[in-house]
Amino acid sequence: MHNSPHLTRRHALGLLGATLLTGCAMGGGGSGAPASKAPTGKVSAGNPFGVPDSGKVELAYFKGGTPNYLAETVEPLLQKRFPNIKIQRTMSERLSQTLQPRFVGGSPPDFVDNAGADALNFGALIQDGQVLDLTAFYDAPSIDDPSKKIKDSLLPGAYESTLVDGVPYTVSFVARSFGLWYNAKLGLEAPTTWEAFIKVCEELKKSGITPFGYAGKNAADYQAEAILTSAVKIGGLELVRAIDNLEDGAWQAEAVKQAAEAWAEIGARFSDKSFEGLIHTEVQLRQNQGKVAFYPSGDWLESEQQKTTPKDFEYTMMPTPSITSSDKLPAAAVYALLGSSMFATAKGQNPAVAQEFMRLMVSKAGARAYTQASGWLTTVPGAADGLELSPGTLVSQRALAAAGEAKALITWKWNGWYQPLLTEIRDATNALMYGRATAAEFTERMQKKADEVKADPAVKKYQR
Amino acid sequence: MRHGRFLFIAGFLAAPVILYAVLVIGPYLQAFQIALTNWRGVSAQADFVGLDNFVRIFQDGLFWKALRNHGQMLLAVPLITIAMALAFAFLLNVAGRRTKGLRGSGIYRVVFFFPQVLSLAAVGVLFQLVYRPDESGILNGLVTGLGFEPVGFLTDPGLALWAIIGVMVWAGVGFYMVLFSAGMAAIPTEIYEAAELDGAGRFRVFFSITLPLLRNTVQVAWVYLGIAVLDGFALVQVLSVNNGGPDGATSVLGLQVWQHAFGNSTFGYASAMGVVLFFVIMSITAVTMRVTRREPLEY
Repeated sequence: MHNSPHLTRRHALGLLGATLLTGCAMGGGGSGAPASKAPTGKVSAGNPFGVPDSGKVELAYFKGGTPNYLAETVEPLLQKRFPNIKIQRTMSERLSQTLQPRFVGGSPPDFVDNAGADALNFGALIQDGQVLDLTAFYDAPSIDDPSKKIKDSLLPGAYESTLVDGVPYTVSFVARSFGLWYNAKLGLEAPTTWEAFIKVCEELKKSGITPFGYAGKNAADYQAEAILTSAVKIGGLELVRAIDNLEDGAWQAEAVKQAAEAWAEIGARFSDKSFEGLIHTEVQLRQNQGKVAFYPSGDWLESEQQKTTPKDFEYTMMPTPSITSSDKLPAAAVYALLGSSMFATAKGQNPAVAQEFMRLMVSKAGARAYTQASGWLTTVPGAADGLELSPGTLVSQRALAAAGEAKALITWKWNGWYQPLLTEIRDATNALMYGRATAAEFTERMQKKADEVKADPAVKKYQR
Repeated sequence: MRHGRFLFIAGFLAAPVILYAVLVIGPYLQAFQIALTNWRGVSAQADFVGLDNFVRIFQDGLFWKALRNHGQMLLAVPLITIAMALAFAFLLNVAGRRTKGLRGSGIYRVVFFFPQVLSLAAVGVLFQLVYRPDESGILNGLVTGLGFEPVGFLTDPGLALWAIIGVMVWAGVGFYMVLFSAGMAAIPTEIYEAAELDGAGRFRVFFSITLPLLRNTVQVAWVYLGIAVLDGFALVQVLSVNNGGPDGATSVLGLQVWQHAFGNSTFGYASAMGVVLFFVIMSITAVTMRVTRREPLEY
């Protein structure tokens, strides 16, 4: 009894190991086997994807803090059009954890609203061929005007923003603007030049308000986005295309350095060091309390802060002021988040229904119902006309319209395509804004990371 | 007879062994396999890339930063925790008159143990408030109240890791105090009485009797703390700026594995890092056991 247990234990472990290795997470047998598709219906002008009369569709959504406006407003439209389709709704706060095993197993849902802090890595999904090519979807006739293709019925630039290597993968639905938010009731004249901006900041500082702040602990990317927006205003849209395409030296362009320098000065002179250790809601609350004037954010800020916004606070937004007098883009240029992270899956059971669902989404009725319920804008022109919008949403709508007219809607992809760059820029931004790094060190650091990503054979590269 | 007994025992053991094998050993072995691929976590296919991931890990600046952080924590956390726990345990058990502890030692024992009742995440959230960088933080409320600038406990690159080490010590001392107390209680009182008769003072008693007889317990504590320090994920994730910041000053390997796997979706790379972490823990444990090994004392 004294030495045999040892031997058998070893033996047993070895055996177990051998059996386990054969049945493991990624070595699934049926790799590459196409998923069995549900029977398709007849394709017609009114039914361009051939949705069958009956069957099942699974729609997966990120479950955020707000009601699921999309599901509530667009699912009924789908149900009305195809009463015999059974809609299964899957909701999760942690999409990655919930859905990843299903992608690996080859049985993903048909549609994914891929948002939240634990969203699935989109680049990896594309690389693995898990995302449906939406070329046919965008070429399908729009519901409101069948003579128009869907891609021509949206805001200018909305379709292009979904292209990855020339292929559209996401439904371009949401339109959000990004800028510097402040209290309209402060009575500030929104500065359009950097000198004017600094002057306003000096005056605010004298009156005892911290002129500018962002949350370093978890929202440094907001500040990074402000810096990059400034850089693109100086250097033009080519600059951001070069950054997205990981071109050599793109981050070290003079425009990026100028923008970083200008913002570093704001950080050093007009912000508060303690903000580096705060999270976004903490700084946003301070702004509501009148302790911080300008805060960089997207137009979700107003609804996010609804509960803590006092009566004498009305959100309004200005685009980042022009840094030089020779900026390539006008002051009205804004960073816009066009599109969405919503996609149909390539290996889903019922891609036709998923696409029809998206077609309804970008119809006037769908978009309007969505905006009405959520207060958020969409890429469908005119869908929000006549709706009663909040002051912040109105400002955002006007900013998007003005920038769109000037062909100065700034969009970028690098943060979604290459996560390591996003992780890096958060640290680099804090170092820059809190005086631990110079503008040159900032650009050098980002370039180094971009080069690293470019050289990493495991990560697929994209072009736009 | 023997055979029947074997079956009997095996029958009882089968369920836990299978569970353990499927849920623990299996993933371990798989991590070794995935570490050799470029798996991105969403498909059923992955290419074999040999030791490529490991080569890249050793060229990764952040990896070395994390190792350095682990080194600093490995030196500081066990040393401070064990020293404090020993001191407290001694005071509570034998430092008072004769072999009783200080007055009210029962209460102290319970109070010191409180942090152990909280989950690590809760401790992290608690210390967010303690370390908060503006005047509403508990510590900075005092600092600013005295008229100084608030201290960026978690934002100053030179201070952040120490702030986290402080939390680890705070959270650990109570448990090890109880562990050492139990060890001390097992030391026969005759030995103390004999020492006292020989005129040994309290310090002498501690260093010549208590400590040597607690050797095994301290050794176990050291290994436990070492492993805890090599994890550190929960605290760093909750407390640090930008997950391991500022600038990687508080980054730990566990956090990087998590970021690479669930942030970057480079599961192959993350698994390779996990494998490296596995070997680091194994070697540190082995070294600790080897260095501190001695003949066990019987009494």
